[in-house]
Amino acid sequence: MLAENIWRLGSEKLLPGMGRGTAAEGGGGGGLRLGESRVESPLHRSSTTARSTSRLRGYSLPPAGCQSPLRPPPHSGEELPIVFVEKLNNAMRLTALSRAAIALGLTPNLTLADARARVPELVALDRDHQAEARLLARIVAGCVRYTPMAAAEPPDGAILDISGCAHGFGGEMGLKADLVRRLKASGITAFCAMGDTPEQARALARFGHKTKDLLALPVEALEADAAVTLALRRAGLKTIGDLARRPRKMLAARFGDLAIRLGRLLGEQDRHISPERPLPPIFALRRFAEPIARIEDALACLEELGHEAAKSLLERHEGGRRFVARFFRSDGAILPLEVATGHPTRDPALLIRLFRERVDVLSDPIDPGFGFDMIRLDIGQCEALVARQDDHLAPSRHAEDLAELIDRLSVRLGARRVHRVRSENTHIPECAATVCAPSSPPTWEAAPEGEPPMRPLRLFDPPQPVGAVMSEVPDGPPMRFTWRGKNYGVTRWEGPERIAAEWWRRRDRGGRPRDYYRVEDAAGHRFWLFRHGLHESGGTPPDWYLHGLFA
Amino acid sequence: MTCESPPPLARKHPAGPVPKIALARAEPIAPLVRFALGEPRLDGALGGGLAAARLHELWPAQAEDAPSAAGFALLLALKAAGDKGAIVWIEQQARQGRLYPPGLVELGIDPARILFVNAPDEKALLRAAGDVVRSPAPGAAVIAPAGPARLLDLTASRRLTLFAEASGTTAILLRAADPQAPSAATTRWRVAAAPSRTLEANAPGCPAFTLDLLRQRGGAPSSGWQLEWDRDRARFTPLSRDLAADAGGEYLAAG
Repeated sequence: MLAENIWRLGSEKLLPGMGRGTAAEGGGGGGLRLGESRVESPLHRSSTTARSTSRLRGYSLPPAGCQSPLRPPPHSGEELPIVFVEKLNNAMRLTALSRAAIALGLTPNLTLADARARVPELVALDRDHQAEARLLARIVAGCVRYTPMAAAEPPDGAILDISGCAHGFGGEMGLKADLVRRLKASGITAFCAMGDTPEQARALARFGHKTKDLLALPVEALEADAAVTLALRRAGLKTIGDLARRPRKMLAARFGDLAIRLGRLLGEQDRHISPERPLPPIFALRRFAEPIARIEDALACLEELGHEAAKSLLERHEGGRRFVARFFRSDGAILPLEVATGHPTRDPALLIRLFRERVDVLSDPIDPGFGFDMIRLDIGQCEALVARQDDHLAPSRHAEDLAELIDRLSVRLGARRVHRVRSENTHIPECAATVCAPSSPPTWEAAPEGEPPMRPLRLFDPPQPVGAVMSEVPDGPPMRFTWRGKNYGVTRWEGPERIAAEWWRRRDRGGRPRDYYRVEDAAGHRFWLFRHGLHESGGTPPDWYLHGLFA
Repeated sequence: MTCESPPPLARKHPAGPVPKIALARAEPIAPLVRFALGEPRLDGALGGGLAAARLHELWPAQAEDAPSAAGFALLLALKAAGDKGAIVWIEQQARQGRLYPPGLVELGIDPARILFVNAPDEKALLRAAGDVVRSPAPGAAVIAPAGPARLLDLTASRRLTLFAEASGTTAILLRAADPQAPSAATTRWRVAAAPSRTLEANAPGCPAFTLDLLRQRGGAPSSGWQLEWDRDRARFTPLSRDLAADAGGEYLAAG
């Protein structure tokens, strides 16, 4: 499937692009203009730094396996006209077109109905912006091969800072050619340009098809508001050169940030790009000439690695939240151990204590086999942790605080077994409290004064059925009931407290109400019983359940 | 037992460190702090209240009294922890339902202060209890094993007592039934539910307990205490049924 993409740039120009889509990309997106990359290479030019921008366009990188059968020659005449449509102003309009569709005279912004009238065999697909964004993210991730400073310029550009990166590819031109070749192999047509600033590179990539002279670019290259661009054109300022010759003060007074845009475009002012690179994980590893076979030795080594990692954490003013130790056995098996903490930490002693806990509770003890030949400690998740000075009055011995206790318990028992509870905004008793993480203390409202406990200390979920309930019909309290084989006679009671089902959550808008009674037997045991539903004439009497026990 | 005891240091370095160690040993254990329950006669029988930073053990008189025993244990933990510090609830999976946070609110215990720990088996429960009681961070810990808890013997209870003395964390051992075995706990209680003081329209009133103090270190046992929990003032009051009979809604005045 070959699609072509058209962009209306400025007022009159249509720039064709080409891309490929596959069904795997969810019908593909429409056009994707990929890329401005900006690069600075002081190695080549001393006075003016050279930066490069590449603009790439197309959409969708096909999966590697299905490339060749799907790729027709770029200009074979027998292609189906494919267009991507989007709902604009309450009408389905074409927003991206294949090359074949352009050849048939279709243009962007045409309504789908008009296009179908002209070309009945048209293939129209919904435009998928999310798929385009995913493709762009993949391309940006791939550009990391050239430079770590790569960022997406939505919707269809990528910008690379190649300062000092080009020598590995035979210079800037070599890098550019390599980039274009790789993207073309994936079916993406790219427009690349280089510039001193990101804006300059972007303008040259998008508008510099006829000329590489910055001053000869149209004023649309500033990418200001349509109203501003129109005003400039009406004033006879048609190119960047026209603007650059005017005093800046006047432009700033009349058009606001246009002066800043112009300064960036002309390379007078530099806005650095923010690259989309994940922070490199902190790790420490140790290789052994001879495999070590004792767990104790391995843990001692892990402690040293913890000290090393703590140093780099300290330099970064960070603490780790998740630590993974990997023991590489000489026969190729890798044993991972993971611990997590509730608060960021860089204390190696605490870390090794947690790892020892983890080793102790392994259901399958670590088998060193023929020994470990490498141990690696990865810190998968870091958070800011500022250095804190100890109080010189406080005892020097470190007192374990609650967070450390929670970490130890969670490592030993599993994080699910250590928790706090949070209140939920519902009146269904069994849903009124849910489990939450122990590091976040929730807030609870105090009970009203002067009332006996209205809710039980122990709750059964699900409620337990009770038998042989004697109660007044239709809505009296239970006088006698049987639970777990024992009979209880009610001496005191209060109720009913009617709790209706949450009908607004239910599809059938139904649900039986529950009538709750607090009852006490002669020995002082207090129960929370409810009748599920109401008595109906002729129907079966409603069931009784025990939902909780009071203290 | 899985928790390590402090290593015997004395013999190893006869020359230098001995005075230091002797000094450390001679250092008095923190003075005994007691917390009053609120009932003057019982507090008097206890010598001014229950000792903080010690192990107290209690169990229900019958299986039906388990919620009352759990409530009493939590209230003791609340009194021991005072206004600050978390209460750690260490529980082995039980068949008596789960602890219900709105019910804790009704007893005057803020569920936000409670850290819930579930132990899969008794061994894990004991280890977790050792860790918690040894840590000075929590104010009090309630240890609730399920079943007979054979591992929680004299040695284990002695260990928990030592941990509690060192850390200042009060430990409350809530057993599922009478252990029929010796224990090093400072006090041992049997807890049963008591008929509450009736409110208006024959409604059940505040939580009421019948307590038997079966053993206390350095004191005489006594039994038949009947207490009522006054949530609004956060203390126990003697349960007097006569006052309530005609007091109706003014039961608050009885406190």
